Amino acid sequence: MKFSVYRYNPETDEKPYMQDYEVDVTTEMKVLGALMQIKEQDSTLSFRRSCGEGVCGSDGLNINGTNRLACITAIADLKPPIEICPLPGMPVIRDLVVDLSQFYKQYRSVKPYLIADAEDTEIEHLQTPEQREKIDGLYECILCACCSTSCPSFWWNPDKFRGPAALLQAARFINDSRDNATNQRLTELEGPYRLFRCHTIMNCTNVCPKGLNPSKAIGDIKKLMVKNVI
Amino acid sequence: MTIAQRKFDSLVIGAGGGGLRAALQLANADAKVAVVSKVFPTRSHTVAAQGGVNAALANVLPDNWHWHMYDTIKGSDYLADQDAVEYMCRAASHLVYELEHSGVPFSRLDNGKIYQRPFGGQSQDFGGAQAARTCAAADRTGHAILHSLYQQNIASNTQFFDEYYAIDLIKDDEGYILGALVIEIETGEPLLIEAKTTLLATGGVGRIYRTNTNAQINTGDGMGMALRAGIPLQDMEFFQFHPTGIAGKGMLITEGVRGEGGYLLNKDGERFMERYAPNAKDLASRDVVSRSIYMEVKEGRGCGPDGDYVLLKLDHLGADVIKSRLPGIRDMARTFKGVDPIEEPIPIYPTVHYTMGGIPTNRYGQVVVPVKHSGEEPVTGLYAVGECACVSVHGANRLGGNSLLDIVVFGRAAGNHIINFLKSNRYHRPMNSESMDIAMQRLRRWDDTSDGESVDQIRADLQKEMEDHCGVFRTDEILKKGVEKIQAIKARLPNARLRDHSKIFNTARIEALELENLVEVALATVHSAYARQESRGAHSRVDFPERDDKNWMRHSLFFSEDERMDYKPVRIKPLTVDSFPPKERVY
Repeated sequence: MKFSVYRYNPETDEKPYMQDYEVDVTTEMKVLGALMQIKEQDSTLSFRRSCGEGVCGSDGLNINGTNRLACITAIADLKPPIEICPLPGMPVIRDLVVDLSQFYKQYRSVKPYLIADAEDTEIEHLQTPEQREKIDGLYECILCACCSTSCPSFWWNPDKFRGPAALLQAARFINDSRDNATNQRLTELEGPYRLFRCHTIMNCTNVCPKGLNPSKAIGDIKKLMVKNVI
Repeated sequence: MTIAQRKFDSLVIGAGGGGLRAALQLANADAKVAVVSKVFPTRSHTVAAQGGVNAALANVLPDNWHWHMYDTIKGSDYLADQDAVEYMCRAASHLVYELEHSGVPFSRLDNGKIYQRPFGGQSQDFGGAQAARTCAAADRTGHAILHSLYQQNIASNTQFFDEYYAIDLIKDDEGYILGALVIEIETGEPLLIEAKTTLLATGGVGRIYRTNTNAQINTGDGMGMALRAGIPLQDMEFFQFHPTGIAGKGMLITEGVRGEGGYLLNKDGERFMERYAPNAKDLASRDVVSRSIYMEVKEGRGCGPDGDYVLLKLDHLGADVIKSRLPGIRDMARTFKGVDPIEEPIPIYPTVHYTMGGIPTNRYGQVVVPVKHSGEEPVTGLYAVGECACVSVHGANRLGGNSLLDIVVFGRAAGNHIINFLKSNRYHRPMNSESMDIAMQRLRRWDDTSDGESVDQIRADLQKEMEDHCGVFRTDEILKKGVEKIQAIKARLPNARLRDHSKIFNTARIEALELENLVEVALATVHSAYARQESRGAHSRVDFPERDDKNWMRHSLFFSEDERMDYKPVRIKPLTVDSFPPKERVY
């Protein structure tokens, strides 16, 4: 089967180009398997990968026009020829490897850690199953960046708009009954950009390989903010 | 040439749970700490741990740390060091509460406490009824813990060197460790990180085998660095085969499935573990369950057209339990096998999973080496924790749920020891240019643009030979051949060449450096297995089927120099309680 792969090495290439490879595929193979075969043919192709089972978030790529994890995307579900490009909107370091610094910076900026009163640390905080359920669909994010790099608002304003992944994290802590910093978290999301650049395009939710719903999480934060103002 | 240099109080190599827990302790004590990781921290393999972390919280069933200690020592087939096990099991509850306070989203019981599930090898009252000791965040506990630890490190301003690869330790003539030479993967530029202490937390080395549950990054880099620095590896013959890898693929299906009530079936629909382990059944220790599956398949009771796997049935748990407690493995089975466990059983087969052996340490995380006439001594400035280390709390077979515990307990312990060390060692020692040159040479050797063998081919051959010669059932003859095969592969290494000599994000170069570590560690593994003439835990010798406490209740040490074996006694004296003497191990 033919694979068309985005190539760019800043040391040698003036501009990016697509390179075709022929790969022997099996019915059960995922895109990562094909990339590893290509790497055996041509060791100059660079891409990130690690767990190979959709939990580490290393191999987010744009495959046939959609952001996905290469390791859990079945080749059988794709229409050939298969086109593999880096995640869009981010500076390309080389081939399929993009610079995610801006993405990580936005993640850090939402204070993605539990802020709780220093209570008795020799016993757990109590949290009912119902309270705990409120962070299901929020905590499972693997930071693969498929969502934020599919978001037009993030493409235009990657330095100002937090982006869906970071906002999902914000929601994860806002909805955690153990966290005491909800007001602070909401205040820090005020203004025209950080949160409100989201125009509910919903690309994030459509592409999330873990089936999470950043769009809804963002909507819920907006509602909470409005409620707080009133 | 001049190499860029940075100075820190403490260097941590590896950003999985062990490295991050140590870094957190250090950062919170205002030490200047650098964490070097070849991947962005949350991509480290801790993220893939599923079932949970053991602590005798007694939230579900009666429990105490002493029972946990007994189970761990029995599970280790009496090869674990009992002082370290006591320390770990005593600390467990505190560490889990601490994780909870760091934000780990544990699943909850109706009374609001942390959810705990039964896991293999757990008992109440020293071998009595099944215990429920494994604290779980659904079946994504590793993800939950790793992300929370990373987040806490962000809050504590730990300095990260993401996507930097460690080449080698730098040491001086007296054997003190001075830091490490690393390269920035993005630019290909070397960087010397000087530190008063260096902690190795680089994880396991399942990638020496072809089929395994490990991530691509689990290439034993810290173990390779230790061997090259003249430090031995301990108990490398003990490799855990996890009973339930997805058949033909290797992805892990958590023991938590059996903890929640799932069980194994052969082609006759028989719940065969009842024959092998009448009491614990499917929740016997991993070595026992893995061998039972092999026997079923070997004796013609495997499933499928080739009779080469068994089934893990869990549909009777009901959709609600599977969706709330086991959502991750449901995804995994659907993605990689097209099987929805709510409706049908998952085809499974034992798969290489965990490295019990590693860099020898004491319970403070200090790396220790044998010294003539006086037992052993710490290597000044060098620490190791987690899967790359061997404390030893897992001995010959690790219990499920003890790995996440190991990394947080000893990550914290090492952090605390380093903090004290820094108080009395305020200044960096002088750099050693000779040691630097050796490390640079290792890196530069790959710049040779002549023709040679490919890295991929050598790695593929290595993994195949290890699978064929150092698998579950071992004999003198097979292992002897294995040693020769791996030696022959090592001899090919100097002729390996890169095709790509570019600098920027050259992953081929990183894979070549990783291969050198894989080969070193594979050699340690097969040598240690060849030498040990008994069956204990995960090391199963067909020609020596019994455990031999008289001759072999001792730890193996493998040195790269002259490929030499040495041994040291098991520490059977715990810290405060009575020792658990070896006895027959039945489940």
